[in-house]
Amino acid sequence: MDAKMINPFINATTHVLQTMAFVTSKAGKPYLKQDDVARGDVTGVIGITGETNGTIAVTFDEGSILKIVSNMFGEEMKELNHEIADAVGELTNMISGQARRELETMGKIFEAAIPSVITGKNHAITHYTDGPKIAIPFTTEGGNFTIEVCMER
Amino acid sequence: MDTSIRILVVDDFATMRRILKNILKQLGFKNITEADDGTAALELLKKNTFDLIISDWNMPKMTGLDLLKTIRSSGEHKTVPFLMVTAEAQKHNVIEAVQAGVSNYVVKPFTADAIQDKLKKILG
Repeated sequence: MDAKMINPFINATTHVLQTMAFVTSKAGKPYLKQDDVARGDVTGVIGITGETNGTIAVTFDEGSILKIVSNMFGEEMKELNHEIADAVGELTNMISGQARRELETMGKIFEAAIPSVITGKNHAITHYTDGPKIAIPFTTEGGNFTIEVCMER
Repeated sequence: MDTSIRILVVDDFATMRRILKNILKQLGFKNITEADDGTAALELLKKNTFDLIISDWNMPKMTGLDLLKTIRSSGEHKTVPFLMVTAEAQKHNVIEAVQAGVSNYVVKPFTADAIQDKLKKILG
């Protein structure tokens, strides 16, 4: 996968969380993920098609997502529940949209499906293609989350 | 802005409906109804009149664009202001929405100020 494809997802994630939840997130060093185990407790997955096909997953640990959704709603969220899962779906949707707009400026047009959400400790993240899984870890005040981008070879 | 108007908020994510409702309430709007996709919105429109529709684009069953096209071709609700609030904002999306008669367009993610600004443009 072209390394230039990764930056739009990093930029989109920090922009979406700053705008919607007033949360500052700092990206760590991207790495090649070898297994299917989620690094977080709740994950949003969205398929994209176009220039190439693939999936984006955003997986949050409990601390990070509770802080993010609390800020979005203006009230404290204390546990992972259906409201948190719904919010992760919408955040995934927005990150995908924002990243696709930046990719469009690079001449790469993508369309996205409707996201799905998986919750639970050590759940598996299944990508729809067999390409390399690039993981980008992020840190926030509340906890950590990771973006995974997997595109067709 | 007349804060007594009836507003229909359409989005398949409860999160986004909640955020929009919070913003609208902070702006003084009280008469807000929710629908979770285009077909549910059309059902509500059979029995109710709204002064403004705020809709997402990418929804199951019926998209916001199809909802907009259906409303613009209907007799009764043809001229109701329609604000699209969506993550779908590539050039071809915006062109398609404008051609279908959208009143204005907000790209997700957005600030409360962005929503207020668009409402002022639509409602005066």
